[in-house]
Amino acid sequence: MKVTITLLALIGGMTAMVLGVLTLQPPTVRSVQRGYRGTGQQLEYSPAVIAAAFAANQAPSALPQNNAGPPAGTIYKNVQVLKNVPAGAFARIMVSMVQWVAPKQGCGYCHVAGNFASDAKYQKRVARRMLEMTIFVNADWQTHVKKVGVTCYTCHRGNNVPSRVWFEGVAPPHAGGLMATHSGEARPSAVADGSALPADPLTPFLLGHEPIRVTGTTALPAGNRHSIQQTQWTYALMMHYATALGVNCDFCHQTRAFADWSESTPQRVTAYYGLHMVRALNNDYLLPLTGTFPRAMLGPAGDVAKVDCATCHQGVFKPLYGAPMAGQFPYLRGPAALAQPDPKAAAAHGEDNPAMITMASAPAAGGTKPTASPAPTGAGAPGQ
Amino acid sequence: MALLSFERKYRVRGGTLIGGDLFDFWVGPFYVGFFGVTAAFFIMLGTALIIWGAALGPTWNIWQISIAPPDLSYGLGLAPLAKGGLWQIITVCAIGAFGSWALREVEISRKLGIGLHVPAAFSVAIFAYVTLEVIRPLLMGAWGNGFPYGIMSHLDWVSNTGYAYLNFEYNPMHMVAVTLFFTTTLALALHGSLVLAAINPPAGETVKFAEHEDTFFRDFIGYSIGTLGIHRLGLFLALGAGFASATCILLSGPFWTQGWPSWWGWWLHLPIWQFGGH
Repeated sequence: MKVTITLLALIGGMTAMVLGVLTLQPPTVRSVQRGYRGTGQQLEYSPAVIAAAFAANQAPSALPQNNAGPPAGTIYKNVQVLKNVPAGAFARIMVSMVQWVAPKQGCGYCHVAGNFASDAKYQKRVARRMLEMTIFVNADWQTHVKKVGVTCYTCHRGNNVPSRVWFEGVAPPHAGGLMATHSGEARPSAVADGSALPADPLTPFLLGHEPIRVTGTTALPAGNRHSIQQTQWTYALMMHYATALGVNCDFCHQTRAFADWSESTPQRVTAYYGLHMVRALNNDYLLPLTGTFPRAMLGPAGDVAKVDCATCHQGVFKPLYGAPMAGQFPYLRGPAALAQPDPKAAAAHGEDNPAMITMASAPAAGGTKPTASPAPTGAGAPGQ
Repeated sequence: MALLSFERKYRVRGGTLIGGDLFDFWVGPFYVGFFGVTAAFFIMLGTALIIWGAALGPTWNIWQISIAPPDLSYGLGLAPLAKGGLWQIITVCAIGAFGSWALREVEISRKLGIGLHVPAAFSVAIFAYVTLEVIRPLLMGAWGNGFPYGIMSHLDWVSNTGYAYLNFEYNPMHMVAVTLFFTTTLALALHGSLVLAAINPPAGETVKFAEHEDTFFRDFIGYSIGTLGIHRLGLFLALGAGFASATCILLSGPFWTQGWPSWWGWWLHLPIWQFGGH
């Protein structure tokens, strides 16, 4: 009996050791403090994770600026979105779009050879709407993208379709039999870091407008009717936020009071605008394109590819580590820039403006630290 | 205080680990000993420093007083007293006091001629503390990774540190620790109810003894671990719980920096699932 227990303990211990060595990381953690000392609010990264994310999130080199020439609309036919852009800048954007979206196919991915003005290809009609979407983001959502802005590359990364898009109905149907639930739990939810949470929190929150907050606003329960199930949907969405940005809950929250804005970090405000931006993009730009795409480009449920946090962020807290995207393409900045065909005025938005570069240059991997925000010292701790 | 029957055996000189007869005496019912003196020193110094830290802080509210460790930027160096240095000295005092107390327990065990079960068990609790405040911060490269000394603030630290790994309940050693903690309470409930039932018979019945207790559990679950065995089991469960929880926080940070749910990727990617039609 004694030998058996000892043997079992030895075998169990050795199995645990082997499993640990195979699955865990060596102890070389990089920590980023996110709150007052001792609050435990911090981000943690292993060098291998940082290196992989850094390698996968490098901005492409931009072609040299060229703002010469008359407005594109005066010399090319059927230019609708960029018609006020100087021909030189227009050509630069077109060539860049090939690099960003269709490096293998070239111009012919969208354009009919010999008749570039033709709208025969669906890709061109989609691309036109996506240009409008890019300008919409850069012009109207600076609450989220700040001055860094986005280009096609922020999502596409050289792919015809961005690698991180989502469809409805792709997640496995909810478990059957005794494990049956109504929300897809009891199966690993890929969007929620592989945890047993609802499989698709994106449809209700990033396409629909379901309320996310489930926390009560009073210390004692007073009429908060939110259920555990609703909490799980919110938790799944938050897991998506965190994994899409390669951060943890502490990046935005002081977790003793998740809902309290005054105890949250500034990044939570940015994320709040990001939520509303993603909803707007999905509903106003992507859903209306459903009929434009051929069936093969749609999801299994016949819905159009949609964006979530990961579409741009791809695992890092700022897409492409905050590389200046729109800053290098001032004409993707929006109507103000488009209304200014004068090259000199446009240059003020671009690389020549040192203030712009400072704003847009992000610290690299090791120094991925937004400044720590001081936490309220002991303010109102009990009873929250 | 009346001398209890076993105190005659307890109050013998000798059995000390250090210092021979130095401090080998009693104050009232309390054994002093060399390590009693060192424990008192560390306790008084540490408590005084906590009060000093509270005086520097913004509040005297007992719930909100917090002595926080240094910023991460101090790494493994010393910090100014008001910026975490107090926390560092208080941590030294705490380890000194806990260690002294364990060694004092060893001396008392030697005087009693019993095994070292009590100091060994207390050492597991000390190990858990040292893991949190020394070993893990050392492995992560900054004293700032320790928890702060405050009634509410240490709970905030637990919350934020747990959520740093998205969902701490997917930490495998946390699962083991929670299981052992719950099993400890289950075993205590079973054992306690059995003893209370056996020694508090209804009117007209006699007190029951070990034979009766064994019979009850053989009827109930088919097995009785016995009157001695239940205490061994309880000790194993409790110490296992403490040891597993120390391990689960030691893994978090030094050996795993991402969400704990994603650690289970190895399991989800085992080649066994293809046979289940998944």
